[in-house]
Amino acid sequence: MIGLGHYLIVSAALFSLGIMCVLTRKNAVNVLMGIELILNSANLNLVAFSRYSAGNLNGQVFAIFIIVVAAAEAAIGLAIVLSMYRIVKSVNLDQADTLKG
Amino acid sequence: MDKNLLAQLVFYCFAAVTVGSAAVVVFSKSIIRSAFALLFTFFGVAALYAYAGADFLAATQMVIYVGGILVLLLFGVMLTHKIYNLQLKSETFQFIPTLVVALAVFVALAVCMMRTHWFNGGPTPAVPTTASIGELLMKDYILPFEVASILLLIALIGAAMIVRRGSE
Repeated sequence: MIGLGHYLIVSAALFSLGIMCVLTRKNAVNVLMGIELILNSANLNLVAFSRYSAGNLNGQVFAIFIIVVAAAEAAIGLAIVLSMYRIVKSVNLDQADTLKG
Repeated sequence: MDKNLLAQLVFYCFAAVTVGSAAVVVFSKSIIRSAFALLFTFFGVAALYAYAGADFLAATQMVIYVGGILVLLLFGVMLTHKIYNLQLKSETFQFIPTLVVALAVFVALAVCMMRTHWFNGGPTPAVPTTASIGELLMKDYILPFEVASILLLIALIGAAMIVRRGSE
């Protein structure tokens, strides 16, 4: 039978892949993709615990709030990336070495 | 018993799709390919939600991640690269050290999760959750709900302002 442990392993794999994406990529949009992977893995954990451990829906409500914050984060992150592209003509993160807009 | 085996097989298929396409997101050289692999990751996670009995959350995942965030990321890719540049390569750096770190994180997490004795009340029966989630959001979580809506408003205004200020 599929139990809590299966979900936790899948989510751990997603989390470490997300960390890898954030740490290795130079492209800022790719780094944002890695952050989405990490947030999805956290959501998967919350849903699994809500099903198998808690027995109520509080975990799913938390997951909804995480999705809301992820949407806000993606919008702001891409706005910053576009603005950076306009200024330094590149989305490589190692060329973003100035704070002045 | 046979039905049980089938259910397990379905779970493993979904998990393989999720983790496999996430690996494509991470290791693919082309950004466009990464973005489309992310589509399959989001689909896989939505299927896992549905498998865990979270039907409303699965639908939300489809609408917001696949329909919203992924399209936003694709816009980001298209707007920051010249369209005629067919390569769209993303450079990677510090690949080997990061691989070691990520593997270490995975092993540490997996060992911790396997060794801990979680409280396991057994799976709750899969009932439709939409009405109960709506009730929770309107009763117990009404303040976080309103704060989240204000956060979205601020993000909307902020994103528009950040992009506009660059063009002046």
